[in-house]
Amino acid sequence: MELLAFGKTGWGDELFYATLMTIAVSITAMFVGFFFALIFTPLKLSKYKTLNLVGNFYTTVIRGVPELLVIYLFFFGGSGAIMYVASIFGYYEYIEINAFITGSLAIGIISGAYSTEVFRGAIQSIDKGQFEAAKVLGINKFGQFYKIILPQMLRLAIPNLSNVWQITLKDTSLISVTGLVEIMRQSYISAGSTRDPLFFYSFAAVLYLMLTYVSMKLINKLEVRYSRGF
Amino acid sequence: MDFDLMITSFPKLLGATVVTLKLLSASLFFGLFLGLFFAILRLNKNIFINKFAYGYSYIFRGTPLLVQIFIIYFGLGQIEYLRTTFLWIILKEPYWCAIIAFTLNTGAYTSEILRSAFQTIKPGIIEAGKSLGISNKIIFYKIQIPIAIRQSLPAYGNEIILMMKGTSLASTVTLMDLTGVAKYIISTTFKPIEVFIVAGGIYLFMTFIIHNVIKYLEKKYSFQ
Repeated sequence: MELLAFGKTGWGDELFYATLMTIAVSITAMFVGFFFALIFTPLKLSKYKTLNLVGNFYTTVIRGVPELLVIYLFFFGGSGAIMYVASIFGYYEYIEINAFITGSLAIGIISGAYSTEVFRGAIQSIDKGQFEAAKVLGINKFGQFYKIILPQMLRLAIPNLSNVWQITLKDTSLISVTGLVEIMRQSYISAGSTRDPLFFYSFAAVLYLMLTYVSMKLINKLEVRYSRGF
Repeated sequence: MDFDLMITSFPKLLGATVVTLKLLSASLFFGLFLGLFFAILRLNKNIFINKFAYGYSYIFRGTPLLVQIFIIYFGLGQIEYLRTTFLWIILKEPYWCAIIAFTLNTGAYTSEILRSAFQTIKPGIIEAGKSLGISNKIIFYKIQIPIAIRQSLPAYGNEIILMMKGTSLASTVTLMDLTGVAKYIISTTFKPIEVFIVAGGIYLFMTFIIHNVIKYLEKKYSFQ
C-alpha cells in the first residue's frame, strides 16, 4: 500500500493523473470518432456507388488492420506529414506534435470506424414508414433528421455504442507506446523504478476494470432514458 | 512513395506473417477449448461455479489485452517460487507468454459467444431429443454443441479477426511478428506510409480470407 501513497513517496498521485489522462484521451477519441462517423455514415448509406466505396474502404481498412499498426503510422508519420505541409508554406523547422493529439486522433479514427458501423445499422433498422410519415407531414429535412430519426436511432445505437466505448477505452492502453503518460505508461514507469511489475500491472488492470464498470453503469442509465416509451 | 522499399520489405513482412499466424492459430486452438469449458460452467446451476466463470470473462473482457500480456510476461517472473517450478521454462519465453495471454483473452470472449449460443437453442429441440429417449449426454454432445457452434459462427468469425489484430501486441514483448517487423522497418527507414500499406495489406488479406471462410461455413451449415 505504501507504493500507492500520494505525494513524493508513492505512486498514488501519478497513477491518479494517469487515470484522468486515460479518461481524457478516451473521451476525445470518442468525439473524434463521432466526427468521422458523421462524415462516413452518410457516405455508406448514399445512393452513389463511388461514395459507398469510400465509406466501405474506411471501415474495412481500419477494422481489418491492428490498432497498434495505425498508431505507429500516426506516431512516426504524423509529424512528417505536418512538416511536409508546412514546407509547402515555407516553414522548414522540425515540428513535433503532441502525443495527446496523435494518440486521440489515431484512436479516434479507429473508434470512428466502429461508430460508423453502429450508426449505419441503427439508421437502417428504423422503419421506412417513419421517413415517409415525416415527409408527408411536411417536416423539412433538418427536422426529419433531428426530431424523428436521431432520437429513434440513439435508442438503437446506445447499446452498441457502449461496446465502442469499451473498445476505445481499452485501445487507449496502446498509445502508451508513443510515450503519453496514461495508466499503462505510468505503470510501466512505476514498475521500472520499483522493480515491482506484478503489483503495478495488476493495479492497472483494476483501474481499467473500474473504468469499464463505472462507464457501464452510466451508459445503462442513458439507455433507460432513451428507451422511454418502449 | 518509395516503391523500392515496399518491394524489399515485402518478403521480410511475409516472413513475419508466419509468426503472426502461429500465434493466432495456437491461441485460437487453446482458446476454443477454454471458452467451451467456461461456457459450460456459466450454464451450471451452482451459483459459485457460475459466478467464477462470469468473473473470469468479466476480468478478461474488461481490461486491455496489453495489461494482460504485461502481467504475464513481466509480472509473473517476479514471483520467486514460480522460477523454481517447471512452469518457468514456459513463462520465460515471450512466445509462450503471448500465447497464454491471447488464449485467456480469446477464451473469455469465446465463452460469452458460446454461452449466448447455448441459451438461444430452442427448448423444443432438447425436449424432442428427450422424448426420443436420447440420453442427456448424447443430447449435449450431438445436439446442443453442434447447434451452438453453428449459431455462434458469425460472432466467432469476428472474434477470430479481433484476435488476429490482437496478436500485433506480441510485438510489445519483443516478438517479431508482422507488426513488430513493420515497426522495426519504420523506425529504421522513417517511411511509415509505405510500410503501413504493405503490412496493412497483408493484414487485410488475412481478414478477407477469414471473413470468406466463415461465410462459407455459415452457408454450408445453415439450417435451411
